[in-house]
Amino acid sequence: MSEHVAIVIVSHSADVAKGTADMVRQMVGQEVRLAWTGGDPDGGLGTDVAKIKAAIESVLGPAGVAVLVDLGGAETNSEMAVELLAAEHGAGQGAPENKVRICNAPIVEGAVMAATEAAGGSSLDDVCATAEELSG
Amino acid sequence: MNDDLKLRLIDATAAVIRDNAERLTELDQAIGDGDHGINMKRGFEAIAAERDALARLAWPQALHKAGMALVMKVGGASGPLYGSLLMQMGKAADEELGSIGDLATCLGAGIEAVKQRGKSSTGQKTMLDVLVPVQQTLQQAAGNGAELAAAIAAARRAADEGQAAAKEMVATKGRASYLGERSKGHDDPGATSSRLLVHTVCDVLEGAR
Repeated sequence: MSEHVAIVIVSHSADVAKGTADMVRQMVGQEVRLAWTGGDPDGGLGTDVAKIKAAIESVLGPAGVAVLVDLGGAETNSEMAVELLAAEHGAGQGAPENKVRICNAPIVEGAVMAATEAAGGSSLDDVCATAEELSG
Repeated sequence: MNDDLKLRLIDATAAVIRDNAERLTELDQAIGDGDHGINMKRGFEAIAAERDALARLAWPQALHKAGMALVMKVGGASGPLYGSLLMQMGKAADEELGSIGDLATCLGAGIEAVKQRGKSSTGQKTMLDVLVPVQQTLQQAAGNGAELAAAIAAARRAADEGQAAAKEMVATKGRASYLGERSKGHDDPGATSSRLLVHTVCDVLEGAR
């Protein structure tokens, strides 16, 4: 099912990330590849660049990945993870930085909307646009 | 000599962050998400854990590796911000990093990475309000052919004034921006940690003369 855009959920809290993923699964189903991560490198509240990178890699396919984040550090750390991925895999047409997008949307609603759009076979641009409409 | 300078920089910065972690966290609890001290402590401990290996590397590699440690270990936005600062300084550094001008150039490159990463600039109540004036001061000192002692004194003043100025700013970046006007009058945690680090580097450089 890798022709669908995949979704990665990044929260400061592993509970929030997992709970969001549960909601996506229940509301959207199994077509969309989904990964989540939360917590800092010591397991406290925060985000972990290495874990975000691993989550993205675990679902990265030709259609790309939409990343939904919660507060500031989750976004900054996700951007860093995408950059590290790009540095490892090299630039170019199919390079990760062109296939991974961080959506500016509320994490729970955004993840559900993005997954719904992705399940319909939409492009990465459309998936992110739909999620970002929520930010009004 | 250079190995020794690196070791002293690593030890001194780790110590100042450890000693001030609680205060940084308190400042962050007032206007941010309350994790700056603990996050920075974790990051600088990660650098300190590799102190011997880092000290054996040339400046470009040492700065890059230390920056990577911050990126991977901090767990908050300050990881990529301080991490990118060091990583980009590493890219701009030459093997020796032997003059005030070299340091200014290198810091300037690091600051550009912070601006890009944080999508921010000066005047937004962030670490940049300390780092940018410090860099400008060093650049000027190098241009004027200033002695190291004078350059260090000027850098310290610039850091103090930058932090004081940031305190009176309204935050428009990061968690503190949620508070808007109410962030005014609060010390910014990032500006505070940057001032502490600038002072610490100055202390070490003075000792290194």
